Amino acid sequence: MTSTLDQAIDQIQHRGTLSRMMSHQIFWVFAAAVLACLALTLMTDTFATERNLFNVSRNFAFVAIIAIGMTAVIASGGIDLSVGSVVVLSAMVISTMMESGNSFWLSAICALLVALAVGAINGTLIAYAGMPAFVVTLGMLSAARSAAMVLSNNKMIWEFGPDHDLLLWIGGGSTLGLPHPLYALIALTLVTGFVFRWTRWGQYLFAIGGNEQAATLTGIPVKRLKVTIYMFSAFTAGIAGILMAGWLGSVTTNLGQAMELTVIAAAVIGGANLAGGEGTATGAVVGALLIEVIRNSLILLGISTFWQGMFIGTFIVVAVGFDRVRHMRN
Amino acid sequence: MSRLSLKGITKSFGAIHALENVSLDIAAGEVLGLMGDNGAGKSTLVKVIAGNFRPTRGEMRMDDRPVEFHRPVDAQRAGIEVVYQDLALCDNLTAASNVFLGREATRRVGPIKVIDYAEMHRTSAGLFRQLKSETRPRDLVRKMSGGQRQAVAIARTLLSKPKIVLMDEPTAAISVRQVAEVLDLIRRLRDQGISVVLISHRMPDVFAVADKIAVLRRGSLVTAKPAAHSSPEEVTGLITGAIEAA
Ligand SMILES: Nc1ncnc2c1ncn2[C@@H]1O[C@H](COP(=O)(O)OP(=O)(O)O)[C@@H](O)[C@H]1O
Ligand SMILES: [Mg+2]
Repeated sequence: MTSTLDQAIDQIQHRGTLSRMMSHQIFWVFAAAVLACLALTLMTDTFATERNLFNVSRNFAFVAIIAIGMTAVIASGGIDLSVGSVVVLSAMVISTMMESGNSFWLSAICALLVALAVGAINGTLIAYAGMPAFVVTLGMLSAARSAAMVLSNNKMIWEFGPDHDLLLWIGGGSTLGLPHPLYALIALTLVTGFVFRWTRWGQYLFAIGGNEQAATLTGIPVKRLKVTIYMFSAFTAGIAGILMAGWLGSVTTNLGQAMELTVIAAAVIGGANLAGGEGTATGAVVGALLIEVIRNSLILLGISTFWQGMFIGTFIVVAVGFDRVRHMRN
Repeated sequence: MSRLSLKGITKSFGAIHALENVSLDIAAGEVLGLMGDNGAGKSTLVKVIAGNFRPTRGEMRMDDRPVEFHRPVDAQRAGIEVVYQDLALCDNLTAASNVFLGREATRRVGPIKVIDYAEMHRTSAGLFRQLKSETRPRDLVRKMSGGQRQAVAIARTLLSKPKIVLMDEPTAAISVRQVAEVLDLIRRLRDQGISVVLISHRMPDVFAVADKIAVLRRGSLVTAKPAAHSSPEEVTGLITGAIEAA
C-alpha cells in the first residue's frame, strides 16, 4: 500500500489539495448540503433532533443505494429508467414468498435473482441487440411493474410469514443508533468506490463511457460488460426493494413509483455525467443526501412539498451547468 | 531476411477488387511510406496485415515463417500494432490508463486482482521517456495537446514490444508542429528496430521519414523502392497514373 500513499502524496503536490477539492462537483454539493443542515439547525428546533436525523438518514439511504447503481450505468454512457419498477418487483417477490411461508433468506435471494434477471434482459437488449438504453429500460419500467401487479394480484401484502419480524427488523430496525439501510449503504459505497477505482471492471466501465469505439478496438469485452453494468444497477434496486418492504411493513404495487427520477437526479447532482465517462459512488451518496435534506427542510419549514420538484429540478440544471462551465474552461 | 513479406495478396469485396496481387517486403527498422489515391486500397492492406480482414488470396510471412491472422489479437500476438486514424483514446482516463487499456497491470491482494497503478505509471513514464515526449502518465488525455495524444497512442503500441507498427493517416487532422512531433516519434520507433508502415497523403511527411516508398493504384502495387531513388514528382505521377509504373 506504500505505492498508493506515494501516489496520493505525489498527486497532492502535483495540484494542491484545496484546488483539487474545489474542482470537484461533490465538494460543492456536499458544502450545499452541510450549509442547509446548519441553517436548519439554527432556524428550526425540529431538525437536529435524534428522531428527525434518524429519519433523514434512513430515507436518503434508499435513494442513495440505487443512485450508486445508476452512477455505474450513467458513467458507462447509458441510463436505467426501470429501477423504480425493479424496486417494487423485488419487494413483491420477497413479500409474496414470505407470505406463503418461505424463510427470509430464501425469499431475499429469489428477489435479488429476479432483479438480476431484469438487469440481464435490459443489458442484453442494449448491448447485443443494439437498442437504445432509454427505450429498453422505459419498456422495462412498464413491464416490471406490471409483473409485480400480476404477482400480487394488485393486493397489499403486510403478512410476511414466519420471518415477519426479521424482515421488519432488517429494513426498519437500527443498531447502535443507526438505521439498518444506512449500514447497507455504507457497505455498498465502500465496495463500489473500491471497484470503480481498483478493478478492471471499473476501469472498463469508465472507458466505455469515455469512448466506446476505442474500448472495443482495444479488445475490451464491451457487450458482456454492459450486461453486467445493468445487472449491477438492477441489483441495487433489488436490495432497496427488500429494505423498503421491511421498513414500510407492507408492500403495495405503487412502491418506488417515479423513484427513477429522484435516483437519476441524485446521481447527476453527485457528478455523474450523462454523456458518460464520469461519476463516483460517494458523489451519488452526496447527491441523494442533498435531495433528502431539501425535502426534509421544506417539510420542517412548513413550505408546501409541492415546491420540492422545483428545487430538485433547479439543482439538476445547476449541477449540469456547472459541469459545462468546468469543461469549457479546460 | 525481411520482417514482413507479402506475396500475391488479393482482397475482394464481392465484385470490388480492393487489392490485387500485392507483393511487398519490409525490413526490420524500415519505415515504409504507403501512398495512393482515395480508394486505392491502403487501408484495406493495413487491415489485412493487422488481422481485421482475411486476404482472399496470397500469403504473409514474418521473419521467414508463414503467418495467418484470423482476428486482430492474432496479429497483436505476432508483434503487429496499429495506431488508428482517430487514435482511439478515452479522454476521461489518464495517459497511463490509455496506454494500458485492455491489458492493465494487476496484482493480487488476497483473493482479488487489483489494478497496479504504480506499475502502470512507471512503465508508461518509461515509454514516454523513450519517445522523448513530455507527456505525464497521470494527466488526463482530455487536457492534452494533439502531439501528446499521438505520443499516448504510439506508447500504447510500444507496450508489447512490437515488431511492426501500422499507422493509417496519423497526420491527417493535426497542426504542422504536431506533424513534426509525430515524425520524430516515428524515427524513435525505427531507431529501436521497429518497422513502421506509414500511410499519409502528405508527400513531404512521407519523404521526411520513409526509407522505402510504395504506391497503390486501384488495388495494384505500381512501385516499391527506396525513397532515395524516387521523388515527389514521380510518386505524384504514379498515384494519378500519369506514370504507369516504376
Ligand atoms: N468493408 C468493405 N466492404 C466493401 N468494400 C470495401 C470495404 N473496405 C474497403 N472497401 C473498398 O475497397 C476499396 C479500397 O478502400 P480503402 O482500402 O479504404 O482505400 P484507401 O484507404 O486507399 O482510401 C474501395 O473501393 C472501398 O470502397
Ligand atoms: Mg483509408
